[in-house]
Amino acid sequence: MSPIFYILAALTIGGGLAAVLLKNLVHAALATTVAFAGLALLYLELDAQFAGFAQILVYIGAVAILIVFAILLTRGSDVPKDGVFSRTWAVGLVIAAAVFAVLAWAVLESLRAVPQQAAVPAVTVDDIGNALVGRYVLPLEIVGLLLTAATIGAVIVAMHEKERPKS
Amino acid sequence: MTTPLAGYLLVAALLFAIGLAGALVRRNAILVLIGIELMLNAANLNLIAFWRFGPHPELLTGMMFAIFSIAVAAAEAAVGLGLVISIYRHTNSTDLDKMNRMKG
Amino acid sequence: MQESAAFTPQFAAASITGILWLIPAAPIVASGAIALLKQPRRKPAAALAIGALSISLLLSLIAFCHVVAGWARGAVVREFVNFTWFRFGSSNVDLGWVLDPLAAVMLVMVSFVGLLIFIYSVGYMAHDENFTRFFCFMSLFAGAMLGVVISNSLLLLFMCWEIVGLTSYLLIGFWYQKPSAAAAAKKAFVTTRVGDIFFLLGIVWLFSQTGTLLFYDYGVGSLEGLALVNLASQHAAFGLTAAGAIALLIFAGAVGKSGQLPLHVWLPDAMEGPTPVSALIHAATMVAAGVFLVARVYPLMSIGAAPHGATAALTVVTWVGASTAVFAALIAVAQNDIKRILAYSTISQLGYMMAGLGLGGVAVGIFHLITHAFFKALLFLGAGSVIHGCHDEQDIRRMGGLRADMPLTFLTYAIGMLALCGFPLVFSGFWSKDGILEAAKHWDISKGPFYLLVFGALLTAFYMTRQVCYVFFGHWRGHDAAHESPKVMTLPLIVLAFFAMALGFIGTPAWPWFHAFLENRAVAFDIHAFAEPGLGLLMLTSSVVVFIGLGLGWWLYGDQSPKAEAPDVLEKSAPWLWTPLRNRLYVDEFYDATVIAFYTWWARVADWLDAQVWGGIVALVAWLFSLWARFNRFLDVHWVDGGFDKTCEELSSGGGLLSRVEGGRVQNYLRILAAAIVVLAAILLWSSRP
Repeated sequence: MSPIFYILAALTIGGGLAAVLLKNLVHAALATTVAFAGLALLYLELDAQFAGFAQILVYIGAVAILIVFAILLTRGSDVPKDGVFSRTWAVGLVIAAAVFAVLAWAVLESLRAVPQQAAVPAVTVDDIGNALVGRYVLPLEIVGLLLTAATIGAVIVAMHEKERPKS
Repeated sequence: MTTPLAGYLLVAALLFAIGLAGALVRRNAILVLIGIELMLNAANLNLIAFWRFGPHPELLTGMMFAIFSIAVAAAEAAVGLGLVISIYRHTNSTDLDKMNRMKG
Repeated sequence: MQESAAFTPQFAAASITGILWLIPAAPIVASGAIALLKQPRRKPAAALAIGALSISLLLSLIAFCHVVAGWARGAVVREFVNFTWFRFGSSNVDLGWVLDPLAAVMLVMVSFVGLLIFIYSVGYMAHDENFTRFFCFMSLFAGAMLGVVISNSLLLLFMCWEIVGLTSYLLIGFWYQKPSAAAAAKKAFVTTRVGDIFFLLGIVWLFSQTGTLLFYDYGVGSLEGLALVNLASQHAAFGLTAAGAIALLIFAGAVGKSGQLPLHVWLPDAMEGPTPVSALIHAATMVAAGVFLVARVYPLMSIGAAPHGATAALTVVTWVGASTAVFAALIAVAQNDIKRILAYSTISQLGYMMAGLGLGGVAVGIFHLITHAFFKALLFLGAGSVIHGCHDEQDIRRMGGLRADMPLTFLTYAIGMLALCGFPLVFSGFWSKDGILEAAKHWDISKGPFYLLVFGALLTAFYMTRQVCYVFFGHWRGHDAAHESPKVMTLPLIVLAFFAMALGFIGTPAWPWFHAFLENRAVAFDIHAFAEPGLGLLMLTSSVVVFIGLGLGWWLYGDQSPKAEAPDVLEKSAPWLWTPLRNRLYVDEFYDATVIAFYTWWARVADWLDAQVWGGIVALVAWLFSLWARFNRFLDVHWVDGGFDKTCEELSSGGGLLSRVEGGRVQNYLRILAAAIVVLAAILLWSSRP
């Protein structure tokens, strides 16, 4: 395991922790962005350059901004008086810990049998493009449809309601 | 930690657990969505790691899956945040503890 | 030589025996037809009744001639037709009818006297509003009585016997609005019922011993050969043979029906019915049914007797008859109701008939029955005429001098009265009563009956004279003037008077045609029969006795005309004798104190049992049921309902508990999801370990 990996892992995990623990919502959103960035670098480390840049473009460029917009629109910058954690936060913590335990155990148990190869795959954007319109054309189109529907839906959901006509 | 794959997978698992904890513990609805995004990202990391260290990387299966996951996650974030805004307009709050109108 | 008819369809059709059943059937059918008429239709009712009985009379005469023809040829005529009514198990119950001399004479007598009385009733009941009902019942009675006469089966006889009893009840209580009439009808029915129970026991015993209830059945009937010998050889209780015991049980039925001594109490009260009823039923025919029954089962009564001796059964019959004769005659002396005197006279004469059967056999008793039927019917119809003429007055102290006002009635009544007393030679009663006295004289067992019967003859003459003197002699003591009755009533009187005199001549010792006919002997006119030793003395004795009675009566009551309310001559002179006789020797009071009192007590006990015990049981069962119902209700309410309600409550609260799972809070849902995934994953991983 290279040290790069450890740094990047720490960055990501730290960002995630911060996102979850910080009281200020805007700070939490920014911490999320840090986590996203860490993940993009991890992708790059994994020789998935396209995925990494797509991550930066989409997550940091769109999703994070979206989250900030939402925080601003819902006056989330004020710290609530009752505290940021739910009254029964311990239960949630326990469950999350259980999930981690199960996943970790699954990983450690099963990886003894999996052969590893370290060969670097040669992936070009050309290959990705061909794959998108070749083998994965159907998911592509469906995702297009999904995005359209999601956009329209989000607009409708978040739209101001018209004044009801007095009748 | 014997293999790099295991390392990445553990990182992904930890990130997933953190995201889940956030979704389960925090009061604000937006933070629940943040937690969900973290979970999705952890899953993407898993996919890329398996693509990198698994058989037949030339098929681009993992990468494609991850890309499509990113796209869908974006759409889902949009819709989800739109819902939160809409709920905020109706109840003037984003506190999930207070939202129990679906109580049976 | 025995010649009995074989029942083949051709023979039956050719012989009167085959259609003998029409004789009782015609009046019964007429009765049914009359029952369907409305009350105001008098002429059709009377026409139906008289017409039907005329048919019966015609057929009876044909049957009689047929039997006489057979007898004249020297055959023993006994034709019968039997048929099976039903079977049960291996035994049959048969019915049938028989035509023999006894049945033949009875048929003619019943239908002829009945017809005359029917004609008389048209006049007597003319003012009564229930005219049609009267003829309906009378017709039914006539049919049933004829059924009794021709019956060849003890069961059929019993059934017709009961119908006769029923019609007697209906007719005694004809004017049912009168409480005394209703009570008298009930008394008649109940008293004869007592006799009938013993009769039924006799029937059952006979059937169980012989297996048949037919009288004559080609040798296997209950009154023939083998059966009779068997019965005579079996021994029952009290030293009697089975035959004797059965005979006595059957005689008990006759005691009730014919008003013999212990069960006579209903006959005087039966005078509450209309006079034609009294004439037909309680003088001529129904009461004679008992005598006829004894005559019919005479073989049963007399089996085992030595010649001129007697069986135990016949001895009992004789003594009962003789004592009844005297007992009733004594009471008749002190009665003041014209019909009641005649009622007691009937009881007395029935006693004579029974004694005659016991002492001298069937012919002697039945001869007196036939003659009595005519002159007693005559006397009753005459009394009815008197009552009618005196505007429904029945007390003889309020009559008198009717000799001038109702001459025809007086003449016929006098003839009847002399026949009853037994006035010598010209009147039938003399010959028939003498027959009985002669048999009594020759009876070996005791001379008691003879003296009793002679004393009875004296009393008979005495009280009849008294009655005639009160009614027809002296001055009129009544209210309005009396008048003679219409021709429709006097004509039957004349006819009956003729027979009251003429019938005697077929039974004299010189020419005992009647006795020979009944006993299947030949007969010839033999004036020297009068020379038989003792017969002349007997005839003289009985004549003297009659004259003494007549003279005594005339001397005491003669042409005097006591005031209506004055006490009787005898009452003034011998009140110690008069009062008990006037009160009918207290028999009714005795029964009241014993039988009736017991019965009333028993009825009260039964009522108490019914109300308290059976009623109590019913109430207890009802209470138990209500208890059970209450218990069920308790179960239902608390357990079933309650259980159900509880379950629903638990479900509801459980549901309430469960619904807390849906807190409405999204994060909780998510938590549960995650936990479930953890569990599932753990299971999956655990199970797929190598």
